[in-house]
Amino acid sequence: MRKGLKRFVSFGLVAGMVVASMSGCGKKEAGSKDGVFKIGGIGPLTGDAASYGISVKNGAQIAIDEINAAGGVKVGDSTYKLEMKFEDDEATPDTAPTAYNNVMDWGAQAILGCVTSGACKSITALTKKDGILQITPSGSDPGCIENDNAFRVCFSDPFQGLTMANLAKDLGYTKIAIIYNNSDDYSTGGMNAFTEQAKANGQEIVACEAFANGANDFNTQLTKIKATDAQAIFVPAYYNDCAFITTQAAALGMKLPFLGMDGWDGVIAQVSDTSVLEGAIFLSPFVASVQETNVQNFVNAYKKANNNAIPDQFAADGYDTVYVIKAALEKAGSTDSAKLIEAMNGLNVDGLTGKMTFDAQGDANKGAKFIEIKNGEYVVRQ
Amino acid sequence: MESFIQTLINGLQTGSIFALIAIGYTMVYGIAKMINFAHGDIIMVGAYTICVLTMDTKIPVVLAIIITILVCTVVGILTERLAYKPLRKAPSLAVLITAIGVSLFLQSLALIIFGEKQRPFESIIKIPPIEFGNIVIQGVALVTFIVTIICMVVLNIFIKKTKLGRAMRAVSEDKQAAQLMGINVNKTISLTFAIGSALAAVAGILYICQYLAVKPTLGALPGIKAFVAAVLGGIGSIPGAMVGGILLGVIEALSKFYLPSELTDAIVFGVLVLVLLLKPSGLLGKKRIEKV
Repeated sequence: MRKGLKRFVSFGLVAGMVVASMSGCGKKEAGSKDGVFKIGGIGPLTGDAASYGISVKNGAQIAIDEINAAGGVKVGDSTYKLEMKFEDDEATPDTAPTAYNNVMDWGAQAILGCVTSGACKSITALTKKDGILQITPSGSDPGCIENDNAFRVCFSDPFQGLTMANLAKDLGYTKIAIIYNNSDDYSTGGMNAFTEQAKANGQEIVACEAFANGANDFNTQLTKIKATDAQAIFVPAYYNDCAFITTQAAALGMKLPFLGMDGWDGVIAQVSDTSVLEGAIFLSPFVASVQETNVQNFVNAYKKANNNAIPDQFAADGYDTVYVIKAALEKAGSTDSAKLIEAMNGLNVDGLTGKMTFDAQGDANKGAKFIEIKNGEYVVRQ
Repeated sequence: MESFIQTLINGLQTGSIFALIAIGYTMVYGIAKMINFAHGDIIMVGAYTICVLTMDTKIPVVLAIIITILVCTVVGILTERLAYKPLRKAPSLAVLITAIGVSLFLQSLALIIFGEKQRPFESIIKIPPIEFGNIVIQGVALVTFIVTIICMVVLNIFIKKTKLGRAMRAVSEDKQAAQLMGINVNKTISLTFAIGSALAAVAGILYICQYLAVKPTLGALPGIKAFVAAVLGGIGSIPGAMVGGILLGVIEALSKFYLPSELTDAIVFGVLVLVLLLKPSGLLGKKRIEKV
C-alpha cells in the first residue's frame, strides 16, 4: 500500500515537472514568462564594519521588494523578478573572494558589492575574469572600479576632498588645517585630494596633523593647530573620531569651523553636547532627516522593515545600486553580462543619492550635497 | 612657548589617567605576582556602569559612583575566584594567558550587551576650565590629578602601616611562610583584587569624563599603556606607577608635538623596550635577586 502510494506520488511529480517545463517553453515564446534575475550581494555582516554591510543589504532589499511589488523589471519582451543572496565578507580581502564564489555558485548574474574598499579590490580581478557586471554601492577607493566591468554608486574619496577644498575657497578660507587618519585609505585619500586642490586654488595648508586608528586623544594635534592662523579645520574621518576631535577642540577653547566628508554622517548621535558641532559642514549624498518626498518614503519603508532603524547613506547606496541594475537591464534589453556592462556607460538614474550619470571610468557623476549642522540637526546647505 | 606649555598640560592630563590605571596594575602584580591583563577591561566595565547609571537611570551622581565601584569590585573578585584561583599553583604563563582570556571575555560580553557602537557620555564632573591667556587646564584633568595623588598616598599608607597591608606584603614575599604565620593567603589575594578593581572603577569614571564616550574596547589601549607606565616606574612600586604614568603621558604628548604623530605609539612602546634593556627594575623599582 505504502509502496504503491510512493510510486504514485513520484510518478505524479515527474509528470508535473515535464508539463511545467514544457509549458515554460511555450510561455517564453509568448513573451509573458516571469524570469528571475539573480543579484549577488557581498558585504560585511559581522565584524567592525558590520553596520555598513547590514545597511547596504537592508537598503537593497527594500528596492528589490518595491520593484517586485510593482511587477518586476521589463527586459526586452519578458519581465523579470529580482532576487538577492547576500554573503558576508567580514570587510576583509581574505573572505571576500569566498563570498564571491558562494554567490556565483548560487547563480548570480550581477554583483552588488563589496561594501568596503579593501574587500572590493580583492574581487575585481575575479569579476573581470568572469565578465560579470559589478557595482559597488560604497567602495570609494579609486582601485574599486579599475576594470571596465566595475562601477560605483557613491562618491570617490578624491572627489570628496576636491569638492570640499572648493567649498572652503567659496567660503573664503585661505588658511586651512587638516587632521586625518593616516592608517586609513579613505581619510588619506581625502586629505591628499584636498591638499592638491587647495594648492591649485591658492589656499594654504597651515598644519596637517595625523592620527592612527583607535586614537581618542587629539589634544596635542589641536594645540598645534591652535598656534597657527588657520581659519578652518578639515577632518576627513569617520564620525567616532570627529566626535572626539570636535569635543576636545571646544574644551581647548577653539572656535574654528569644521569641514568634513561623508564619514561625518552620524556624528550628532556621538556627542553629548551638540553645540561643539555647530556650523560644521560635510558632504553627504543622503541624510535621513532631510524633508524630501523620495527620501522620506524610503526612510519610512526602511523603518517599517527594520525595527524602526534609521537608514544611513550606506542603505541609500544599496537601494540606488539595485535601481541602477534595473535601469541597466531595461536599457540593455537583455540579461547578458556583456550587454549589461555596455549599457552602463552613459546610463542615467535618478536615485535617492542624486541624479547620476555613469561615465566610462565607472563613476556615477552626481551633484554634491552639502550638509550643515545647525542647532544639533543636519540641514541641507542651499 | 604657549603651545609647549599647553602640550605639557595635555601630557599631564593623559599621564594622570595612565598613572591611576598603573597603580592598580602594579599593586596586583606586587602582591599576587601576576600581570592582570584584564585590568583595562575592568575599567571598561566601570565606564559602562557609570554611563548607564547616570544617563539611563538618573540616580544621584554620588550613589552612581559608589555603585560603579561596587560593581567593579565584585567583577574583580569574581574573576579572581573563577579564573585565577584554580591556577594558583600553575606556571605563571598559564595565568598570563588566562588573564588575556578574561580580557577578551569581558570585551565580548560588553559587545553582546551594548553593541559595537560607541556611546556618548555626559561628564559628571562639571568644573569650569582654568584659563591663563591661551592656556587651558580642564577641570576634569585637575580632578584626575588630585584623585590619582590621593589614591597613591592612601594606598601606600594602607600597605605600609595597616595590619592587612602587612599581610599583603608578607604574601608577596613568600606565600607559604605567610600561611605558616597564620595569614589567610586566599583572602589576602582576593582583597588585593578587590582594591585593584575599585581603583579601576575610579579610573574608568575619570577616563570617560575626559573622553566622553564608551565602547567595548575602551580599556584595551590605556590598559597596555598603563602597563608600560608600571614597568617604567618599576613594577610593584606604587609611587613608581605614579611617576611612570605621568612621565609616559608627557613623553607621548611631546613626541606627538615634535614628531609625526603616527610615531606616538612606537615611541611609547619603545620606552618599554629601552627600560627593559637598560633598567629592568624600572625607575623606582627595587632590585631583586631571584632566589634559585
